Amino acid sequence: MKASPYAFISPFFIFFGAFSLVPLLYTAWYSLHNVQLADLDNQTWAGLDNYQNLFSSDFFWNSLWVTLLIGVISTVPQLIMAIGLAHLLNYKLRGSTVWRVVMLTPYATSVAAATLVFVLLYSWDGGMINWLLDFVGVDPINWRESDWGSKFAVSTIVIWRWTGYNALIYLAAMQAIPADLYESASLDGANRWQQFRHVTVPQLRPTILFTVVVSTIGATQLFGEPLLFGGVSGSKGGSDHQYQTLGLYMYDQGWVIGNLGKASAIAWSMFLILLLIAVINLLVSRRLRKSQ
Amino acid sequence: MRTNTRRSRRLVAFAAIAALTTGLLAGCAEDSDDGSSNSDGGSDGSGSGKTTLSVGTFGVFGYKQAGLYDEYMKLNPDVTIKENVTTRTDVYWPKTLTRLQAGAGTDDIQAIEIGNVAEAVQTQGDKFVDLGKEVDKSQWLDWKNAQATTEDGKLIGLGTDIGPMAVCYRKDLFEKAGLETDRTKLAEQWKGDWGKYVDLGKEYMKKAPSGTKYVDSASSVYNAVLNGESERYYDDGGDVVWDKSSGVKNAWDVAMEVATSDMSAKLKQFDKPWDQAYANGTFATVACPAWMIGYIQEKSGAAGKGKWDVAAAPTAANWGGAFIGVPTASKNQKEAIKLAKWLTAPEQQAKVFAKQASFPSTPSAYSTLKPADATTAYFSDAPITQIFSDSAKTIPTQIFGVKDQPINTALTDIGILQVEQKGKSPEEGWDAATEEIKDVLGQ
Repeated sequence: MKASPYAFISPFFIFFGAFSLVPLLYTAWYSLHNVQLADLDNQTWAGLDNYQNLFSSDFFWNSLWVTLLIGVISTVPQLIMAIGLAHLLNYKLRGSTVWRVVMLTPYATSVAAATLVFVLLYSWDGGMINWLLDFVGVDPINWRESDWGSKFAVSTIVIWRWTGYNALIYLAAMQAIPADLYESASLDGANRWQQFRHVTVPQLRPTILFTVVVSTIGATQLFGEPLLFGGVSGSKGGSDHQYQTLGLYMYDQGWVIGNLGKASAIAWSMFLILLLIAVINLLVSRRLRKSQ
Repeated sequence: MRTNTRRSRRLVAFAAIAALTTGLLAGCAEDSDDGSSNSDGGSDGSGSGKTTLSVGTFGVFGYKQAGLYDEYMKLNPDVTIKENVTTRTDVYWPKTLTRLQAGAGTDDIQAIEIGNVAEAVQTQGDKFVDLGKEVDKSQWLDWKNAQATTEDGKLIGLGTDIGPMAVCYRKDLFEKAGLETDRTKLAEQWKGDWGKYVDLGKEYMKKAPSGTKYVDSASSVYNAVLNGESERYYDDGGDVVWDKSSGVKNAWDVAMEVATSDMSAKLKQFDKPWDQAYANGTFATVACPAWMIGYIQEKSGAAGKGKWDVAAAPTAANWGGAFIGVPTASKNQKEAIKLAKWLTAPEQQAKVFAKQASFPSTPSAYSTLKPADATTAYFSDAPITQIFSDSAKTIPTQIFGVKDQPINTALTDIGILQVEQKGKSPEEGWDAATEEIKDVLGQ
C-alpha cells in the first residue's frame, strides 16, 4: 500500500544516486589520490597534496578571480536589464506574446551556436564589433587576448543568453502583484518611477533573490562559453589565462593535461564554494524575511 | 473486484517504472554517445557469419572518403564496417583512453595520433594487440615503427600517414613583393636554415602587397622548426628535458624573431580567422605538411587556384601522422587485424594520397604515388610527390613523451602567443610557458 509513492519517486533517486551521488563521492576519493588519466587503475594515496598543490597555485587563484569577475560583470547588468525589460513587458502592449517569445529565443539557442556567432562578431580582424569601433575612431581590439576585453566579451554571451529568461521570471512575479497596490500608490501621487521603486521592487524581492542564487550558481559553473570563445586550446582561457574560469581550469587539468586527481580537487573546491554561497544566501534571506 | 483492479493498476505502474528504469540504465551501459551504436551485429563472427567491425577515427581520416571501406566490404562480403568519427583529437583521445582502460566500449580498430602515440606505448601497451607478428615491418619507415613500439618490442599500431613538410607559398604575392618565385631557387635560398626563411620574410615585408603578411603565425614556424629537430621535449631515457633541449631552443629563437617582427599575420592555426585568411589570401607562406595540401585547397577556394606553389622546406621535418591499432578488448580481433593490415598496405595508402594527399608511411608506395589532377593544377604543377618523398626519407628520428602535447601547447599557445599577440617580451613569454609546463608536469 505505502510502497507505491516511493516506487513512483524512485527513478529520480536511482538516477541521482547512480549519476550524481556516486560520482560525487568517487570524485572526493580521487581528489585524495594521485590519479592520471592514462593510468586510472594505479591510484596512489596523496592525502591532501592535491588541495595543497591547488591552493598554492597561482592558476587556481587566477581562475577563481576570473570566475568571480565574469560572474559579477555578467550577472549584475543581466538582472538589472531583465527587471527593466519585465517592467516594459508588463505594460499593455500590442502582440505581447510575440515579445515574450522573442525574449526567450536566446535562452533556447544552444551555447555552441550562440558562442560561435559571438566569436565572429568579436573577431580581431574583420569582426563586426571592431568594424563598428573603427567608425568612431577606436583602434581594433584583440578581444580574445586582451585582459578586460575577453572578460567583457564572454560576459556579453552570458548576458545575451540569460536576460530574457530572467525577464520572464520577473514578469510572472510582477503580474502576481495586486493591482490595488498600484492604485493606492497613484492615489498617493506616486509617479511611474516611484511606483516601480516602492511597489514593484519590494514585491519582487523573493524573486530577485531566487534569480540571484540561480545566476550565481550558473556563473560559478561557467564553462561552455569561455571554452568555445577560446577556439583552439580554449581550455587555457587565453594565453594569460585571462578568461580561464574554474570550470575550464578543471577541464584543462583533467582532460587535457590528464591529472585527474587535481581536477577532482578543483571539482570539490567548486562544490564547497557553492555550499558557502548557499549558506550566505540562507543568512541573507533570513535577514530579509525578518526585516519585512 | 475493486481491490483487484487497484492491484493490477499498481502492477502496471510498477512494471512501467521498472521498464523505464532498466531501459534507461541499459541505455547508459550501451555505447551511446555520438549517436553511434555498434554493439549490434554478430559479434563473434560465427552464427550468421556476418561480422561487424567498427573503426574509431578522428578528423578526416580519408578511408571512407577514398572508398576503402566499400572496397573491403566488396572483397569480404561477410564483413560490415562502421566508422565512428570524432572530429577533434583532444576529445577523441581522453575518451579512447578511458575506454581502453575499462576494457569496454572500444572500437575494433582504434586510431592513434602521433601526439598521443608515446602515451599509448608507455601506458596502454598491454591494451593493444601486438601487430609486429602479423605484418612485414620492413614495409614501413623505421622511425614510424619505432614510435609505436613498446619497450619490450610490441608493435601496438600500424603506420597510416606521415606528415613530411614543405613550404607552401603564394607565387603571386611573392612576385609583387619582388621576391624569387621559382620553387627550386627558393628552396636553394633557405636550404638548411629556417633563419634564412625568416630573413626572406624581412625582405618580403619591405615591399609587401598591402594587407598581406609573410607568414600565418609564429607558432607555425615554431612547429615547423621543432619537427625537424632530433631533440624535442624528452630524452631517450623518457625524462623531460624541454628546457635544456637544443631543438626547443632553436625553434623558440626562430619563432621569437617572427613574433617580434611585423611579418606574422598573428593567427591561430585551425581557428576560423585562419581559414578566412586563406580565403582572403592575407599571408604569403605557411609551413605545410602533406596533409595540409587538401586543407589549403579547400579553404583558399577557387580564387587561390594556380597561385599557390610548393617548395622544399629548409629542413626535413615531420608534422603529424597517425597509427591504427587493435585493442585487446575487441571481440573480433582476427578480422580487425586483417582489416588493419589491409588499410595500411602500400596500395591503400596510395589511394588515400590520391584522395586527400595524406602521405604514406610505406616507402614502397612512393614510386606509384599520383596526386589528383586538380591538386597538381591548384599548386602550379609543383612536383609535390617528389618534394614530400624527398623530405620523408631524411626525417630525423624523434623521441616523443607522455606529456608531449600539453608541453607543446604551453609553448605555442601560452608562451609564443603572449609575445605575438599581447606584446610581451620573449623572456616573459618563456617564463609564462615555464610556469605552465611546471603545472602540466605537476612540479
